[in-house]
Amino acid sequence: MIARTLRMSGGIGIWLAVVWLALGLALPWLVFPRLAADIVIWALFAVALDLLLGYAGLLSFGHAMFWGASSYLCGILIVRAHWSFVPAVLGGILAAVIIAAIVGAVSIRRQGIYFAMITLAFAQLVFFFANQFKDFTGAENGLQGVPRPWLFGLPVNDDRAFYYIALAFAVLGVAFALRVVHSPFGQVLTAIRENEPRAISLGYASNLYKFGAFVLSAALSGLAGSLYVIAHGFTSLDTVQWQTSGQVVIMTVLGGMGTIFGPMFGAALYLLINDRLSTLTNSPGFVMGALFIVVVSLFRRGIVGELIHLFTRKKPAA
Amino acid sequence: MDLSLLALQLFNGLVSGAFYALLSLGLAIIFGMMRIVNFAHGAMYMLGAFGAYMAAQYLHLPFWGALIIAPLAVGLLGMAFERTLIRRLTSLDPLYNLLLTFGLTLVIEEGMKQFFGMQGTPYSVPSQLQGAVNLGVTFYPTYRLFIIVFSALVCLAVWLAIERTPLGAKIRAATENPPLVQAFGINTSRLATLTFGFGVALAALAGVLAAPTTSVTPAMGSDIIITTFAVVVIGGMGSIGGSIITGFIVGLVAAIGAMVYPPVANTGVFILMALVLLVRPAGLFGVLERRSI
Repeated sequence: MIARTLRMSGGIGIWLAVVWLALGLALPWLVFPRLAADIVIWALFAVALDLLLGYAGLLSFGHAMFWGASSYLCGILIVRAHWSFVPAVLGGILAAVIIAAIVGAVSIRRQGIYFAMITLAFAQLVFFFANQFKDFTGAENGLQGVPRPWLFGLPVNDDRAFYYIALAFAVLGVAFALRVVHSPFGQVLTAIRENEPRAISLGYASNLYKFGAFVLSAALSGLAGSLYVIAHGFTSLDTVQWQTSGQVVIMTVLGGMGTIFGPMFGAALYLLINDRLSTLTNSPGFVMGALFIVVVSLFRRGIVGELIHLFTRKKPAA
Repeated sequence: MDLSLLALQLFNGLVSGAFYALLSLGLAIIFGMMRIVNFAHGAMYMLGAFGAYMAAQYLHLPFWGALIIAPLAVGLLGMAFERTLIRRLTSLDPLYNLLLTFGLTLVIEEGMKQFFGMQGTPYSVPSQLQGAVNLGVTFYPTYRLFIIVFSALVCLAVWLAIERTPLGAKIRAATENPPLVQAFGINTSRLATLTFGFGVALAALAGVLAAPTTSVTPAMGSDIIITTFAVVVIGGMGSIGGSIITGFIVGLVAAIGAMVYPPVANTGVFILMALVLLVRPAGLFGVLERRSI
């Protein structure tokens, strides 16, 4: 499967994968381990968004609802019910999937800018719910004191050890996304993105495919959100705020939508720049916004997308 | 139910409806002309409010002066954005301009935070409009009543200008078929710049109106733009008149909802959006979009 995937993503795909894996393994020795864990977790989140944006052509401006809801439920399951690592993460994913099923059922019939506005509004609804159910979420105080759960009978308190566990989950998640993208399902999604009426006239139930992509994307976001709460030991209303949805959109577009590897790069770049800037200025958002405007105006394929374009143009796919 | 409480809630609903109407009207005008959704609309609203604050602080302009100066200034800024950034992307998928204006929102909001901090700045109600009016069933603040009446008049004037004047006819024609209108010797590109400037000026006007009722903060724009997007989804961006009516109706319905069941005070508009999407996916005044084959 991986060989096929790499063949399809062009000649540089293999090199990208090798470099990526090497970087992934070396990351906690290059940067602070906690920042490294944040990078792989956000990278997985950005890949989840890319599955929807880059392949189904649907821009969700509300992915914070999946990220936030899963972080809350996973955290609650650990704190209140003392669940261990894997079941709690699965619980978080389930929260995201349920919300995606409800929101998707209502909104999947709209596309383009309407879909973006609708998902943004639904995420705001989830935000208000999180704020209202104080007993479970802690509202403004956030959900604090989430202990690192045990994984297969082993504690994961060391930050580097936890990083490699997060990396393993993220690699699984990304491999899943690549599998989906290059499956017949993913091909139909791409066809719908390119020309929906034609896909419909060929007999594909386009809304069902888009709904599927929406739920799968939410599930991956839920995996990322669950890892986030375990990594930080707490979660707060920040995770369901619209700025979080915006952040993951920036990462995905910055790296290059529809490339899977690009959004991972975008996430790493975003967090590294933010980390540097926050010591120099107190509004890194200003710089990120300006950078984002430049990318959208001039390099619409994103950084990795432009590179892939550059390489594959010289060597047309055989 | 207490009648005076009911009246109070209805008027409060009309006040929020007035803001929704002004903002979604601006969005609808821009969308009609250029097929883009201006994410930075909330930021322009915030700039309008700050414009009023700065006009009072540095130019000693009263509220009435700010009501003219701030929308003009923000309108010019919007036209500059249209000329330099937005224009370059209008031929592409509208999603790119949504992303671009989202980036603009970040830059404007974070930039304002640098200058003014996160703390709110108060702005006082103009002296002529202080106090309350006896409406028979209840007393209601004069300034809030002014918001309702003034916004309704502005909306009506804009509607008349677009539906009944030669310039409005040109705008409507350019919405339908830009190349043909250009062939008649009308400068559609200048028309687009003017339309964008006018749309964001309406947002700034709403911002000036809002300044005395809330504390002026850099974050005030993003809060209201999300709600306004929900209003736009409810109404559909099909018509100018539709966006005005939807704005006021949503304000009223949300207020009544909050009175019947208080926990939905913040969420009413979004729940209403979900219900409308279930019954009429295209919105009250809209048509479902389909890309060409």
